[in-house]
Amino acid sequence: MTTLQATDISTFIAGQHGKETLRFITCGSVDDGKSTLIGRLLFESKSIFDDQLQSLETDSRQYGTQGEQVDLALLVDGLQAEREQGITIDVAYRFFATDRRRYIVADTPGHEQYTRNMATGASTADLAVILIDARKGVLTQTRRHTRIAAMMGIRHVVLAVNKMDLIDCDRARFEAIVADYRAFADGLGFASLQSIPVSGLDGDNVLHPSARMSWYSGPTLMGYLDRVDVGREGERSAFRLPVQWVNRPNLDFRGFCGRIAEGRIGVGAAVRVLPSGTVTRVKEIWLGFDSVDEAGQGDAVTLTLVDEVDASRGDVLVAAEAPAEVADQFEARLLWMAEHLMSPGRQYLMKLACREVTATVTEIKYREDVNTGVHLAAKTLGLNEIATVNLSTSAPLVFEPYRLNRTLGSFILVDKLSFETVGAGMIDFALRRASNIHWQALEVDKASRAHLKHQTPRCLWFTGLSGSGKSTIANLLEKRLHAEGRHTYVLDGDNVRHGLNRDLGFTEVDRVENIRRVAEVAKLMVDAGLIVMVSFISPFVGERRMARDLFAPGEFVEVYVDTPIEECERRDVKGLYAKARAGALKNFTGIDSPYEPPECPEVHLRTAEQGMEDCIDRLMVLIGDSASER
Amino acid sequence: MDHLRIKVSPMLALEAESIEIIREAVATARNPVMLYSIGKDSSVMLHLTRKAFHPAPPPFPLMHVDTGWKFRAMYSHRERMVAESGMKLISYTNPQGVAEGVGPFTHGSNYHTDLMKTQALKQALDTHGFDLVFGGARRDEEKSRAKERIFSFRAPGHRWDPKAQRPELWNLYNTRIREGETIRVFPLSNWTELDIWHYIHAENIPIVPLYLAAERPVVRRGGQWIMVDDDRFPFAEGERAEMRRVRFRTLGCWPLTAAIESDADTLEAVIAETLNARDSERQGRLIDSDEPGSMEKKKQEGYF
Repeated sequence: MTTLQATDISTFIAGQHGKETLRFITCGSVDDGKSTLIGRLLFESKSIFDDQLQSLETDSRQYGTQGEQVDLALLVDGLQAEREQGITIDVAYRFFATDRRRYIVADTPGHEQYTRNMATGASTADLAVILIDARKGVLTQTRRHTRIAAMMGIRHVVLAVNKMDLIDCDRARFEAIVADYRAFADGLGFASLQSIPVSGLDGDNVLHPSARMSWYSGPTLMGYLDRVDVGREGERSAFRLPVQWVNRPNLDFRGFCGRIAEGRIGVGAAVRVLPSGTVTRVKEIWLGFDSVDEAGQGDAVTLTLVDEVDASRGDVLVAAEAPAEVADQFEARLLWMAEHLMSPGRQYLMKLACREVTATVTEIKYREDVNTGVHLAAKTLGLNEIATVNLSTSAPLVFEPYRLNRTLGSFILVDKLSFETVGAGMIDFALRRASNIHWQALEVDKASRAHLKHQTPRCLWFTGLSGSGKSTIANLLEKRLHAEGRHTYVLDGDNVRHGLNRDLGFTEVDRVENIRRVAEVAKLMVDAGLIVMVSFISPFVGERRMARDLFAPGEFVEVYVDTPIEECERRDVKGLYAKARAGALKNFTGIDSPYEPPECPEVHLRTAEQGMEDCIDRLMVLIGDSASER
Repeated sequence: MDHLRIKVSPMLALEAESIEIIREAVATARNPVMLYSIGKDSSVMLHLTRKAFHPAPPPFPLMHVDTGWKFRAMYSHRERMVAESGMKLISYTNPQGVAEGVGPFTHGSNYHTDLMKTQALKQALDTHGFDLVFGGARRDEEKSRAKERIFSFRAPGHRWDPKAQRPELWNLYNTRIREGETIRVFPLSNWTELDIWHYIHAENIPIVPLYLAAERPVVRRGGQWIMVDDDRFPFAEGERAEMRRVRFRTLGCWPLTAAIESDADTLEAVIAETLNARDSERQGRLIDSDEPGSMEKKKQEGYF
């Protein structure tokens, strides 16, 4: 019984090493004979065992649709409901091998209501075999499946014109169907398209050339599948490893586990952790039980890193010199797979590689008519509908466009309540890039912003009587700082009253609010890393304390511009003292409203005794010193 | 590293996919467990698991649902592998079955399998509150398995609804479940029987010696060879054991697992025989052929 001897086995095993696996789907309309064709492939490639054939004969008598003949479709349609109804409901994965290749074939349902199952099969396939019933030609479902295959990134198509036996193997009919199909499919960007006339039922051009169709000189289906080049280009791209699991059995070992999505990695190579941006080097690469020097796309590895970096599940290790993008707003194509409608604004769980975030469809840009490709306006999405949408996520995601990288470009949406998988999506591009910010190793905070500006952010709060010289000093100081390359801003009482505070008058309440707003704005600017100079009379101790309390210790520098009122009144740059003396201006500080001098200001400038340049120098020293303290 | 790539090239993608599945499951589960049935598929699954977490031991226990009727060689192999892997083993036997003295000879294969395997499995999972269970099933084994997801969702009560499976796109597995729901995970979904043997050979994975041919005491019943593994075999009038050179393609309860006559006493010979086999491996399983769709029914009821 044994035809292959154990002694041949090492030769056989050696032969297996060169074999690659081709994953393909069969699709097309209902009753185009998909399951029968796969059954034929399995049967003829001797992948069916005798006991399975025996039960096939029994099944054929019970459920068969082929009269006295065995119904090969029953080899594939495994669920009772499918056999009873004679249709395919769910994807079935079948396996067979030839001398050249191993195959995983996903038989996908033809019925429109199972389109999502077809997309499921397509998501992992390299090639699609699209079946057409020669009697019916190109149907709506043919176009639908072709479009979905294209959308899912399948680049190679075989058009199998089936049931040729039922049209007397008519060449003209075959050629007309092929022309019809090409007219529609040529615009979809497939890398290859091969048309083959077949009969799944009788086996013509499946494994063996058909005697009845001598006019056809192309390859058989099996012959073509064995030889088609579906070359994957992954190895040329930069290294990408989504961190799936952090392996830390003890304090001495911290391994980052995952499957390499793109590129190659070697021991010693510089890698960057995204989104944080930390750069380190690869210390070891574990591939199973072995420590190896190098690993490539598809390998399930465990990496240890030279530095103790903060990285966890969902982060992505990338080539340091070629980081991936990070963003939180995307344009994507979305296939809706749930019975209930998708409406923008609702929150879903989104899983992309190993990262899970909350996501919202902010806008449906357009729905696509899968049959015609026409763009349609849409407010909601229903089951099996496909749309181009804008998507917003709760946290930044490391991603790549789907056409460049299936792993970092594909995602699913999961209902937050039922946990059903409701959507499948493919990212086209980011709407707003966060990449340049997130390459920085640090959290982007006050310190990191200040660090970038090489300065210590501060709020210099100039207080003093009207005409005391606050604004003059502030402006001169800013010029000096600017000349030294510092990042500054001056908030002047008058300027702010023209804009932000123009709704405020001079009542007690309004004056307090005036100070509060300016202090808050100054705080934001300090947070942004700026040196802010606030030039405000701010006559009351309580107001200045309120402002001071907004800042971290040392950030708030109170500068008392101490000029005697006589001198201020003599200068009277804006003519305000004269108005106040004349009674035209009420509540004027120093005249009919008190000024409470600071008790212990950080800087006390006596302008009557010091020259202007001296004052500026003192302030420059203060700022310069504190900057060098860092 | 390329020495390794050359060594197991056709296996590498399968291996990597399985390891990815195992890690993904463990990273997202609250309380995972691996169903360890001691057979060749379990052996491969255990090997992959150890690779996935090396140099650490796998961070979850093994569970063996013990019907009390496994081959003796399986029990000794189990002890060896548990010691080698450093994993904890939970062995569970349905106490009701023990109390009733249930066995395949006295109660029939259906009742025995339901009580000691399906019900026992459900009891064991409920007792320990496991939310994710690894199983070694492959899609090429049986028609209804070909339709099952890699992450196969089970409703409360462990029921499988083949018509309400979650779409499983790319390698993005939806691992979210609600209270009372569980997930069965099949890391070997895309492996074939030949792949299993191939990998065992390439990786030198220890297997139960029953897979290799040897002289063993067997009895011919219903056209199949049943091995007499212990003194519980109820010989019929005039029936007696004879020594035959046999081996097993699958292992389960010994009264329910038929042997095949074979001279394949090395792995290479087993692979050669598998390549030329005209019958499927499940052909030796007496429980699959009870009625059409019987596996699907058993799975719906919670069987692996």
